Amino acid sequence: MSEGNAPSVVVRDLHKTYGSVEAVRGLSFEVAPGECFGLLGPNGAGKTTTIEILEGLLAPTGGEVVVLGRRWGRDDQAIRERMGVCLQQTVLSEKLLVDETVQLFRSFYRRGRAAEAVIREVELTEKARARVGTLSGGQKQRLAVACALVGDPELILLDEPTTGLDPQSRRQVWDIVNAFKAGGRTVLLTTHYMDEAERLCDRVAIVDHGRVIAEGSPMHLMTSLGGEHVVEIAVREDGAGPMTASAMEGLPGVRAAHAEAGRVVLTVTEPHVAVPAVLERLRAGGWALSGLSTRHASLEDVFVSLTGRHLRDE
Amino acid sequence: MSETSRARGPADSTDGREYTRLDAFRALCLARFRESYREPEVLFWGFVFPIMLSVGLSIAFRNRPAETLPLAVIAGARAEPTAAVLRAAPLLRAEVMAEEAAVRALALGKVALVVAPRADGSLEYRLDPSRSESAIARARADDALQRAAGRRDPLANTVAEVREPGGRYIDFLIPGIVGMNLMSGGMWGVGFNLVDMRIKRLLKRLVAAPMRRPDFLAAHLTMRLVSMVIEVSFMLGFGHLAFGVPVRGGLASVFAVGALGALCFGGLGLLVGSRARRMETVTGLMNVVMMPMFVLSGIFFSADRFPQVLQPLIRLLPLTALNDAMRAVVLEGARLPALSAPLAVLVMWTLLSFAAGLKLFRWS
Repeated sequence: MSEGNAPSVVVRDLHKTYGSVEAVRGLSFEVAPGECFGLLGPNGAGKTTTIEILEGLLAPTGGEVVVLGRRWGRDDQAIRERMGVCLQQTVLSEKLLVDETVQLFRSFYRRGRAAEAVIREVELTEKARARVGTLSGGQKQRLAVACALVGDPELILLDEPTTGLDPQSRRQVWDIVNAFKAGGRTVLLTTHYMDEAERLCDRVAIVDHGRVIAEGSPMHLMTSLGGEHVVEIAVREDGAGPMTASAMEGLPGVRAAHAEAGRVVLTVTEPHVAVPAVLERLRAGGWALSGLSTRHASLEDVFVSLTGRHLRDE
Repeated sequence: MSETSRARGPADSTDGREYTRLDAFRALCLARFRESYREPEVLFWGFVFPIMLSVGLSIAFRNRPAETLPLAVIAGARAEPTAAVLRAAPLLRAEVMAEEAAVRALALGKVALVVAPRADGSLEYRLDPSRSESAIARARADDALQRAAGRRDPLANTVAEVREPGGRYIDFLIPGIVGMNLMSGGMWGVGFNLVDMRIKRLLKRLVAAPMRRPDFLAAHLTMRLVSMVIEVSFMLGFGHLAFGVPVRGGLASVFAVGALGALCFGGLGLLVGSRARRMETVTGLMNVVMMPMFVLSGIFFSADRFPQVLQPLIRLLPLTALNDAMRAVVLEGARLPALSAPLAVLVMWTLLSFAAGLKLFRWS
């Protein structure tokens, strides 16, 4: 972190086109040292393209990228020495042992960490002498993270680090990332899991169709909905006909309402004020309630309110 | 792999070792070596299969002692005395048959020759002139019958038997299998393997680390050379111990030719695997490259058997050049300067394939 407070990553007006397809269209963000920053968005939003440009694996069509104060094309080797990378779905060599694999990656860096220490950190010590081909999906992913950590990087870039993993393996990967962050290092990750972004990221940028459509801390984005709570209501079909979202607008404590898959979803500041008002409105309208649930707002709700679509729709 | 004792501050978690580019190159070579020799297919195709092939072919095409040929004598008054003479003759087996049965036996290839003794004492030989054993059987039978009838040969002669290793089929075959192995080793070990690593995004992952790209390819080729020494020693050693196949040239020449072959086919493997992103593409390309050479380049039989017009083309194929050079060194003890033509062909293919392969290569 020799740059002091200079950002670890700067992306300005990034563009990438493949033939006639615009994968990234004017994307900008900055990541501060010691921060965990998440690019959140559905598949095809341009997250992987963006992170591969940051990794120096793809050349941008336009825009500016600065990584650890340096630029690709001039200081490639210097950037790679200080950066750890975990690609989406890398299959490491199945015939090598776990410790051989980590040691191989260690040998690429001038300075780095002892392979055993990193293997211990990702809790693969028992599997150190096992062939990579015999590992479970979660173990393979932890090994991939170990290969990103063994160069003792200042910055790690993780592309969908827990996609396809079981809940326990996901939590193990989160613990590793949090430990890395606790050492004052910088993390940039992509994900389409809300809970992952909420658990790991200090700030997220919500990406859709190659642009950042919202940016801030998860808490900030959720409160930007106007309320921190979500109330979902459903009515019986044999009642007074379909319920409309507009029927719920303007009630005390209700900041926004939209219909979704036969239900009405309300963004609410104070559930104890809003819920009685909602029930009163239902009774007055002749609707019979068939379901009601309340929960804290999530980044998923932010995404839906911004785009009208769910993150996992694609 | 050991942590050194050089103490650092608690915030600094490095192992205190500084790795050089040479360390990385060595680690890449070691990884490549481990990957290939932990692959059962590599051991099978590199060692077991060539042995099975050479044993099988050496049995099928063994140099046999002259074969006893069956013939039929057509039943009749003079059949038995004629058959008796033929039975006493070396390397013939005579049987008396009815005419119809004898003709059918000849047509079916059960006998090589039919002898029909005529009433006037003359003989009729019936045979298929396109079958070489028929001609041999006729010569032997005629010889025996003429002598029995009192012929005297005007020239005295003796036969001296010469049996020397080097001229047998197995002697021809073993260097050919060495060449074939170097070809498939380069194509599979470099070409197929690179595509496999590209599909698994392992190439991409490696270049995302501060690994030097030329070092990675150099490690692949270095390990091809190491494998070449192991495979060539193994195959020539096996041929020598099991079949007495001679190695007349110096080992330095043998390995120099082997190294050039390994580099040449390593380069062709690199070219074939330089862009493909699908297994079907690379295996298709490999077949296109290897198939003609399997047939034309003199692995199992001499390339000289093909028509004269094709010869200049066949001599330009890298495997023909490798096989010619390897046979000349192993069987004739040739020195490298005498092999300038095939070695020049190998050098040309090596340079062309590396130039094109490196230009076309993609890492992702």
